[in-house]
Amino acid sequence: MKARVTVTLKNGVLDPQGKAIEGALKSLGIEGVASVRQGKVFDIELAGGDRAAAETALNAACEKLLANTVIENYRVEIA
Amino acid sequence: MRAAVIVFPGSNRERDIGRALKTASGVEPAYVWHTETELPRGTDLVVLPGGFSYGDYLRTGAIAARSPVMDAVRAHAARGGYALGVCNGFQIACEAGLLPGVLARNAGLKFICRFHHLRVERAGTAFTSEYQRHQAIKVCSAHGEGNYIADSDTLAALEGEGRVAFRYCDETGAVGGAANINGSMDDIAGIYSENLRVLGMMPHPENLIDPLVGGTDGLALFSSIAGAKAAA
Repeated sequence: MKARVTVTLKNGVLDPQGKAIEGALKSLGIEGVASVRQGKVFDIELAGGDRAAAETALNAACEKLLANTVIENYRVEIA
Repeated sequence: MRAAVIVFPGSNRERDIGRALKTASGVEPAYVWHTETELPRGTDLVVLPGGFSYGDYLRTGAIAARSPVMDAVRAHAARGGYALGVCNGFQIACEAGLLPGVLARNAGLKFICRFHHLRVERAGTAFTSEYQRHQAIKVCSAHGEGNYIADSDTLAALEGEGRVAFRYCDETGAVGGAANINGSMDDIAGIYSENLRVLGMMPHPENLIDPLVGGTDGLALFSSIAGAKAAA
């Protein structure tokens, strides 16, 4: 079983890296970019086939390590 | 004073902290590897030194904060023991839940490595008994992620309870504007735990203990904490 965890900055948290990327895209002449926010993606291979157990484990992984919930949100998707 | 300096893979300022502690207290600290599960018996002060633990992977300090030794460090703090986190050590302390908030990427995106000043917000704590309130001290920073962020309730608590230890300032002690080197909320450079016994700060006081290399404004922090323990 495969899962993807996406970690993004909460709204309102300053993202200087996203701003720099946004500026670089504009300087490349790429049209229509209003704003950029940078995040992280984790592709995780899961042993076993219990979907509910996997979801519980992945949520625990996010709370304990993958996201800093002071400034970040996370989303878990199991394929 | 018995101090224990925790060493993580990628720590690189532990010897400088050790030299500052030895200079101030006369006693060499113990160096404790991150896989240990106990601190040396009778440890009064734990120091989380600067560096790039785990190559700053995931988030600065995030992986070090989950090291085996950190349970012992949390237990030490919960017992009322003293702890100091400097630079990466401050990031680790926040990630470990010893202190609130997050150190995010510097607002200007650049790694900052230079001398600057701090205003001592509160004198008379175990770490600042040899400073005056609102004294401007010369320190040095070397960090890419020092931009202090906390939610509004946490900020209000830090301010209301007098737990802001240091703010970025210019050489005259004026806070604000360009003196804030990294965009930190409320110009915060260092904070205390509720009991004022855990201090986290981004700049390096251990760089300023010798007139040959920039000055000695940092030494008073180490002699303060050495004296605090001697008196206790």
